[in-house]
Amino acid sequence: MRGDVLSYVVWRIIHSIPLVIGVSIIGFGIMHLAPGGPLAVYTLNPTITVTDIERIRVALGLDQPVHIQYLTWAKSMLTGTWGFTFFGGRPVLEVIVERLPATMILMGTSLALAMLIGTLIGMLGAIRRGSIFDYLSTTGAMLALSFPTFWFGLMAIYIFAIELRWLPSGGMYELGEEGNPWDLLRHLVLPAMVLTLVLVAQWSRYARSSFLDVIQQDYIRTARSKGLSTRAVLFGHAFRNAVIPLVALFGVQLPTLFSGALVAETIFSWPGMGRLFVDALNMKEYPILMGMIMFTALFVVVGNLIADIAIALIDPRVKLG
Amino acid sequence: MTDIPVSTSTPATAPNRTYAQMIARRFVSHRMAVAGAVLVVLLCSSALFAQFVAPHDPTTIDTAKRFLPPLASWSYPLGTDDLGRDTLSRLLYGGQVSLMVGIVAMLTTMLTGTLVGLAAGYYGGIIDNLLMRFVDTLLCFPQVFLLLVVAAFVPPTILSISLIIGLTSWMEVSRIVRAQVSTLKEMDFVQASRGFGASNWRIMLVELLPNIAAPVLVAATLKVATAVLMESYISFLGYGVQPPMASWGNMLTNAQGYFDTVPFLAILPGILITFTVMGFNFLGDGLRDAVDARLKIDP
Repeated sequence: MRGDVLSYVVWRIIHSIPLVIGVSIIGFGIMHLAPGGPLAVYTLNPTITVTDIERIRVALGLDQPVHIQYLTWAKSMLTGTWGFTFFGGRPVLEVIVERLPATMILMGTSLALAMLIGTLIGMLGAIRRGSIFDYLSTTGAMLALSFPTFWFGLMAIYIFAIELRWLPSGGMYELGEEGNPWDLLRHLVLPAMVLTLVLVAQWSRYARSSFLDVIQQDYIRTARSKGLSTRAVLFGHAFRNAVIPLVALFGVQLPTLFSGALVAETIFSWPGMGRLFVDALNMKEYPILMGMIMFTALFVVVGNLIADIAIALIDPRVKLG
Repeated sequence: MTDIPVSTSTPATAPNRTYAQMIARRFVSHRMAVAGAVLVVLLCSSALFAQFVAPHDPTTIDTAKRFLPPLASWSYPLGTDDLGRDTLSRLLYGGQVSLMVGIVAMLTTMLTGTLVGLAAGYYGGIIDNLLMRFVDTLLCFPQVFLLLVVAAFVPPTILSISLIIGLTSWMEVSRIVRAQVSTLKEMDFVQASRGFGASNWRIMLVELLPNIAAPVLVAATLKVATAVLMESYISFLGYGVQPPMASWGNMLTNAQGYFDTVPFLAILPGILITFTVMGFNFLGDGLRDAVDARLKIDP
């Protein structure tokens, strides 16, 4: 690794610390917006008396001043339990992390498919600019971005699960089939299709404008005028430079990816983090909600960090520092 | 990127055309933009006149007329739902709610985003730094997560839903406005105005704001589209517009239960959401191409 890259990596990591602190303050602040506070859920229960509530309040440290509560909570974030759930008292981080694999399978599959298909569509659209294909793909992308994702999911269930009976309508495995990869694949098709559609629409637009930028540059004209074939110019000269800016977009797309996964998971009962979030929302499980908000935001911070470092490593033109 | 749109791309044959006429011409020649505008006008007028057009009250329950199929009777052209409520009327009134939320949320977004962007771009220095770091931090949170948590805390009314959507989506607008303002403020007309003793407020609102109107207008149009999508989704999950008030989102929640027997109840609201979002998206894209020829991407 070049020395300047190493110092850039260190500098970039140090620079994301204020962001992490900011994220934690906003996350904590949001939870304190809750009317009646985190104990509102207990006040609705007739078997719980006022003294019980007071006891829970003290037990959970909710009688402390706000900044003390924040510090206690921040300490529990660093030590790794992330607090405990209201129902069952399990460590929040554990509850979230056990949902991580399901979400990663769904997001990973969709992201890989979307990057592949999106880059191809964008590239073809850029080199055949103004063609019917270009027109159809840009209009199609616009249409796909206008679909309510959850409705698209419902329609997919209606067509492929209810009418045609080709695929299951939700879940991750049939009962008794846990761990069977073929069964997983059958369950993955519909949610991954819905999530991929949204991502492809965005990705193909990014890819198209990135390729357009590159193929209009002088060195491409030089390569062409040397008599190289279109394919050689495209893959030998243009491809790498057009794809590098897309790496940065990976980081930018992460929040959208999480939002999309949440929608897909709720429609298809996919047992991932999005589903956990909506369930926690319905049960007013504030510790899980807070943990989820922090987890996704920190994931985004780290994802952006990795994307930036990756660009510094693969693109010598990037100004470091 | 988009500083003051300069008429470099206008052919020399049209020297006397005003800026507005130029934009109008480019807009009208953009087929998708016109299609978007037509859709938006149609949907807005149907929502506006829902009270006069709708054949029935959207919340009147008539259990004798449950699940009437569409096109079966003149009185119920699109059939009825599980409680015998007229689907057409519910779609019309639902559109009213969706568009209202979309527009109020857009106004909230634009107001917050423009103010933050103006302040950051104009004052620069520490104010800029603080505001933009705050924006960076907020952008780390996936919007749907943020939106749902806050929506679950606040009693859902049309106003509260609109405000929540608006307050969780202004960050990109502030970035656009800031970028524009920080280049514009160095220009001679701003310096001149300052020389004449204009206050900061006057410079921001009278000198700078009109000059960034074009990108702000484009962003506003696109924001209506995303706000309509967001409203339908949180209403679908039960944290948005509450029944019996109809919204396209909660009509879908309801229809989900009768999916295998009466699919059209789920198809119609979805199509209307798509048309609305598409209309505003096409309109926004067309406007963007029309106000700045250099940003033109689509053929």
